[in-house]
Amino acid sequence: MFRSTPRASGYFRTGYAQDLALIQTRSEAAALTAFTLTLAAYPFLATAFYLDLACQVFLAAIGALSLMLLTGYAGQVSLGHAGLLAAGAFTAGILFREFNAPFWVTLPAAATIGAGLGVIFGLPSLRLRGLYLAVSTLALYFVVAYLGGEYESTRGFSTGIMIDAPKIGGIGLKNPRAWYFVLLAAAALTFLLCANLLRSRTGRAWGAIRARETVAEALGISIAGYKLLAFVISSAMAAFAGALFAYYRGFVSVEAFSLFLSIQYVAMIIVGGMGSLLGALLGAVFVTLLPYAIEAALMKLPHAQSYAGSLFAIDYSAFGLVMIGFLVFEPLGLVGVWRRLQNYFLLWPFKYRPTTGAR
Amino acid sequence: MQLVINIVVLAAIYALIACGYVLIYRVSRVLNLAHGELMMLGAYLLLTTATSFSRNAFVAITAAIVLSLVVGILVYVLLMRKMVGEMVLAAVLATVALGILLRGLMVLVWSAQQQYPGQALGLTNPALALPGGGRISTFAAAIVTATAAVYGGLFLFLQFGRWGVRMRAVGQNPLLAAQRGINLHAVYALAWGLSTLTGSVAGMLIALDSGLTDSMAVIGLKAFPAALVGGLDSLLGALAGALIVGAAEVLSIQYIDPLLSDVVPFLVLIAALVMRPWGLFGTREELDRV
Repeated sequence: MFRSTPRASGYFRTGYAQDLALIQTRSEAAALTAFTLTLAAYPFLATAFYLDLACQVFLAAIGALSLMLLTGYAGQVSLGHAGLLAAGAFTAGILFREFNAPFWVTLPAAATIGAGLGVIFGLPSLRLRGLYLAVSTLALYFVVAYLGGEYESTRGFSTGIMIDAPKIGGIGLKNPRAWYFVLLAAAALTFLLCANLLRSRTGRAWGAIRARETVAEALGISIAGYKLLAFVISSAMAAFAGALFAYYRGFVSVEAFSLFLSIQYVAMIIVGGMGSLLGALLGAVFVTLLPYAIEAALMKLPHAQSYAGSLFAIDYSAFGLVMIGFLVFEPLGLVGVWRRLQNYFLLWPFKYRPTTGAR
Repeated sequence: MQLVINIVVLAAIYALIACGYVLIYRVSRVLNLAHGELMMLGAYLLLTTATSFSRNAFVAITAAIVLSLVVGILVYVLLMRKMVGEMVLAAVLATVALGILLRGLMVLVWSAQQQYPGQALGLTNPALALPGGGRISTFAAAIVTATAAVYGGLFLFLQFGRWGVRMRAVGQNPLLAAQRGINLHAVYALAWGLSTLTGSVAGMLIALDSGLTDSMAVIGLKAFPAALVGGLDSLLGALAGALIVGAAEVLSIQYIDPLLSDVVPFLVLIAALVMRPWGLFGTREELDRV
């Protein structure tokens, strides 16, 4: 799970309940409180631009968490995540446009459609593994994107579908600060849901399937059932994130859900670190902020205006470079860096190196 | 008649691109999702050679082909070599990342505007009338010829060439091949070089036929279903798969909806994955290896 090493302070777990507890030590509780307070204070200190960044991070975090559940824990690779987000966004958009449905209908509907699509995306996984599975999700992504585009063009929304802000008690949700808290709550709930799934029977079954299917089956785990469940839950979450994204932007277009988006989500869980919820969050932050960081850095350089036109291409190549860098040099991702840092301070001033023959 | 010609041309394009996927997959079990971008890079290399040092079409094309071979080998030496022995999936994601990097760099260097290497070389592209009433553009005919030549050449090379035999050996069992003294890195590098070369030839000819933009990589991705339908480790399969995918695409454009063209190859892919994931001519046990 997101905590693997015991603490050096002499904290030993003596029962299963302790082992499963989400918050185990006082320092963890303190850190969590500080983190919560920071997040709560943030919107009152930040400008509109930084508020928007935070909202984007929260949306990305929901998507990344759902993909982490599927790929990082259940071991089922998906390159079609953008298709699920698109499905959610389009469900919300279509229901709003055609039936004028309120958000408390469209959001559950999006999640339901996502779950249904999850079954379709997941069915190939019963037979295919690894590469072939990745390819099948890729193909399904193209089908979903095509359906979205087809809807747009046949219904005359060729530039995209506009969605009004959701109304709560007759008042439209337009205030960025309100959006911040809504998205924060959604991301936090998703995190909690994932954490709880992972420390329950389901999460352990996924872990077993990822480690070795044959053994998992011998242990009495229904491979087909749990694989499909992973796809269904992950897809429902992704579609939900897509619908939230549609409401947040007020606009749905198939352009926003390119194949590149799928790859971005995969990059999030790689950069963050496979098999760690914390990693999904770190990856979401990193990948979302990277283009803005690059832009800010470029604008500091002389002749800033001359690069402005090629900013997109620069982002693109930098993204590829970062992804390669993590794959080659830091396969454990940001979480790996974090763990190493932790261990360094835990053992300080000593160092621990595995003996040479250990590998 | 025209329909048949369209199918043959599209199938030739897909087949020419797909053999790059097959070569790399067969030798190293890596799926190269950057193939579309490498192919596009080949086309841009032609544009560069054409504009910078030779207006002679033959010289420019030969230079670009040699450059693309070098690019392919460099890709292996600089990046994929590090991924040998890693999880297959990590290697595939590395190629995805490479594709993104390349696409960004290409837009930076050559801009995203539509360009015509044919004009730079002073070549025209007249339509040829074929017996039976169909028409085919010169470069489309060149694509069909090139596909036949590449497949013939690859067949002879893999069947009888010293390095071809080594490549097949590595594909069958890398450990055993290495034990017998085959230089794995050299074979992998060669596979990457050849794959990039064939892809680049496809890219150049497509660019000569219909111009060059940064959306060309999509064609490369659409050729992937051809490789898989035929079986990812079979060249003959790639040819058959290309025919199936090409036919399906042309027919659905003609009779159903032109918008379908981007999605039909992937529908065929899904159908293939459901019915026969190892492909028409692929080896069956491959599935459990990945």
